[in-house]
Amino acid sequence: MRFHSLLLRLYPKSFQNEYGHEMRSVFKAGRREVSGVLPVLLFYLESIAELVQSAASAHRDILQQDLRSSFRLFYRSPAFTITAIVVTALGIGANTAAFSIVDFVFIRQLPYADADHIVKLMQGTGGAMGATNQTAPALYRDWKATASSFSAMGAYYGSSVNLLGKGDPQRVDRAAVTASLLPILGVQPARGRFFSETEERTGAREVIISYGLWQSQFGSDEEVVGRSMLLDGNPTVVVGIMPPDFHFPSRETAVWTLIPPEESNDADRTNTYWVALGRLRTGTTVEQANAEMNVIAGHLDEQYPKGDVKSGVVVFRLRDEFSTQSRLLLFALSGAAVCVLLIACANLANLLLARALTRQRELLVRSALGAGRERLVRQSMTESLLLAIFGGAFGIALAYAALPLLSRLVPNSLPIAQSPTIDFRVVLFAIALTALTGIGFGVLPAWRSASKLDLSGLREGARSGGGRRERARSILVVVEVMASVVLLISSGLLMRALLKLQDVDPGFKAESVLTLRTALPLPKYDSTALRVRFYRDVLTEIRAIPGVSSAAYITGLPMSMTGGIWPVVPQDQPSASVRPSGASSRYVTPGFFAAFGIPVKLGRDISDDDDMSKPYVAVVSESFVKKFWPNQNPLGKNFKFLNVNRTVIGVVGDIRVRGPERTSEPQVYQSDQQVRNAQSSFFYPKDLVIRSTLSTATLVPAVRRIVQRIDPQQPISNVKMLSDVVGDVTAARAVQVRVLSAFAAIAFLLAAFGIHGLLAFSVSQRQREIGVRLALGAQRGEIVRMIVRRGAVLALAGVIPGIVIAYAAGRAMQSLLAGINPADARTFAAAALLCGVMTILGSVVPTMRAVRVDPATAFRAEV
Amino acid sequence: MSHSSEDVDALLPLPAATFHILLAVTQDDRHGYAIIQEVEKLTSGELRLSAGTLYRSIQRMLEQGLIRETRERPAPELDDERRRYYRITPFGAAVARAEARRMLDLVRIARAQGLNLGKI
Repeated sequence: MRFHSLLLRLYPKSFQNEYGHEMRSVFKAGRREVSGVLPVLLFYLESIAELVQSAASAHRDILQQDLRSSFRLFYRSPAFTITAIVVTALGIGANTAAFSIVDFVFIRQLPYADADHIVKLMQGTGGAMGATNQTAPALYRDWKATASSFSAMGAYYGSSVNLLGKGDPQRVDRAAVTASLLPILGVQPARGRFFSETEERTGAREVIISYGLWQSQFGSDEEVVGRSMLLDGNPTVVVGIMPPDFHFPSRETAVWTLIPPEESNDADRTNTYWVALGRLRTGTTVEQANAEMNVIAGHLDEQYPKGDVKSGVVVFRLRDEFSTQSRLLLFALSGAAVCVLLIACANLANLLLARALTRQRELLVRSALGAGRERLVRQSMTESLLLAIFGGAFGIALAYAALPLLSRLVPNSLPIAQSPTIDFRVVLFAIALTALTGIGFGVLPAWRSASKLDLSGLREGARSGGGRRERARSILVVVEVMASVVLLISSGLLMRALLKLQDVDPGFKAESVLTLRTALPLPKYDSTALRVRFYRDVLTEIRAIPGVSSAAYITGLPMSMTGGIWPVVPQDQPSASVRPSGASSRYVTPGFFAAFGIPVKLGRDISDDDDMSKPYVAVVSESFVKKFWPNQNPLGKNFKFLNVNRTVIGVVGDIRVRGPERTSEPQVYQSDQQVRNAQSSFFYPKDLVIRSTLSTATLVPAVRRIVQRIDPQQPISNVKMLSDVVGDVTAARAVQVRVLSAFAAIAFLLAAFGIHGLLAFSVSQRQREIGVRLALGAQRGEIVRMIVRRGAVLALAGVIPGIVIAYAAGRAMQSLLAGINPADARTFAAAALLCGVMTILGSVVPTMRAVRVDPATAFRAEV
Repeated sequence: MSHSSEDVDALLPLPAATFHILLAVTQDDRHGYAIIQEVEKLTSGELRLSAGTLYRSIQRMLEQGLIRETRERPAPELDDERRRYYRITPFGAAVARAEARRMLDLVRIARAQGLNLGKI
């Protein structure tokens, strides 16, 4: 019997109440008629099947009924319907978009087999976020030989190569790897195979290519494996093709080659340019691996002392490597999205509450006619869920549309695709959010209003809105105002930070400068004379193009290449007592300063005569002079830099090598001709800068033709305007500011709407009271004051806690603020002012309506 | 409530369960289980309504005005006082008649087409 009662619960509550007792007695009577184990069992089974099916159709009937009446209702009040759907869509869209990025960056496993066990090993002591350094081949060999925490260890370093297969030569990103590296990631090649240990020892010239390169360069030709192509001029055999979504170590890597044996056998322990990757043994934690590696590092320090410098080892999951700034940007985004959802929900709840009040009479009538409370709540639930579903669908569409913009917030350091996809998980999240919004903010108000149904409300003229309900609505509006203040202030602070950074003078004139790269391959261009001839030929022809005012080569553009810092020892200050300070090194061709727009303050530019037959020359920046020879004439002074004594021949303005946010080292520029042969690519120019009035569309093909003529195998790459190179530094920020500002604008509108809704409603509910007041001689000004005061109190109640929270939020993201005070008075004042405007905007219409109340009409309505 | 012939026609053809329930309460007021037994008897055991089907039908038939609950009760000693009894309404009777006629017409047509129905 109990079992039957339980099954009866499957029916809608109203049905249970009505027929539950009857059905139980029918069941009892039916049960009495059967006897014997098998018939009884059969009877139960039949009852279950029958009950479940009939309960389902009972629900379906009610659903159909409710859907019909919901749609009728939506159709009758389109303004309400559209508002509710738009509000929900904004809330769910913002959160779905934010979640898809956060999930992609923080939560989802990296696309490797058992990715939680893949770790990076770096030199350093401060954890994954501390100052870490790559490792040297000799160190890696020791680690690999002694560590027992790892089931496999490999190493790689990133660089780029000139590729000549089919079609035009191309500059592509390459990872040089040990044979053991790729298998660690647990992703099999789509075609062909990995490298073998034997090939690593013998230094086989082999390459594994990315799926993208296979498609673009070889047109997905199945016969590519086993074929040869030219990498930096060397014939290299393709042995494998990786699958389409494989990215490592960066998403641009297009080819993987073996590290040559001579590099692997390097005994130097200070030449740190390798990155070690390990797979943790099953059961070994990251902490245990860290402990073991630090013991090993201690032993190595004893074996190869480096003075008092301690070298630690940091082991961290591959997943955990991205900058604090990326993390903060994404946290801020999620926080803002939650704020928008909060506001949207509050608004939705307010809308539904207000409507529940206006529909009270209808509900009362229906309940008087015998509809149970459960039935009324269920009807409301269907309505609000339906609204939420529509809103959710639009929200997902919104999120989908916003993804290309948001994907710029995905940190570049993670080996994942640039852009997340809206997948099953994200849609599930959106659905959960939709359900929560629909149920939480639709049903609760409905339940509350239904539970308070009181037949006295049926009496004509009963207008009491209920003080408590109005209080609930006021709290919702206060929450909206608060959240929008937080958003306004946060986005205001970030916007100020962005403007400040964009305002920072980089020290050069980035406008109308085209940059591109012709990275000359070694060993083909080992000889400095060959390289210099290439530069001179290219530059002479480019300068001859009408519209080009200047052109030059440099080893690396500022902002994009921030490294290349070397110690400086001035000759007249030989004391090595202080640790030598560093300066940023660049090799340039003559004419660089003119092309880049850097002012020459003293002395002269590098010239064509500064070749190997002359003493080594250097042009230094003003801060270099200020640091080493304050208040002295620096021209003719000597300093040791990159193992050579150099003479200062000129002084130029400082530039921000490391971008607007970071302090840059002083700069040293050297002649492209004064380089000994066969050094690494750090020491010879590859970036071409051209200042011209021409459009990219005309200039780039012209340059391509010139380079092609001078060396047909030489690709050009990284074509970009210098202003974009500068802009890229703040691009992620700019995106974030745009997104946050959009969120803040939405929040602002929603909150204004909330204030308006509440005041308008309370005016319409208090029409009689206002009429009485006017009849008793109150001035219309007093009525205005009454309404506006109400709005102002609501706004103030939201602004004050909002400011406190915004300050806390500002403190939390201080490192994003580029020195802007998180309590920045101007931003806070602007936000407060906007809230004032919002309050006034929200109260205008209700106030006008109140002022227009005619006492006579207000009374007549009561009679 | 007054009903027109259109109201009657709108309900035809009746679901089998509805028709049988109507027939079961045509002569006497009955409670739920009695309806099940009556239908079973009238159909010689061919149709045994389940509780779910019965009460979902009753709910709908009450809404449609085919039957109503009665307040009159049999002698108290025969009755569980919480049981509900149902009685056919004039509208319900009209619908039942119309349904029967509709079936009769079908039988006639079948005969006219030479279908041998045997002895009825």
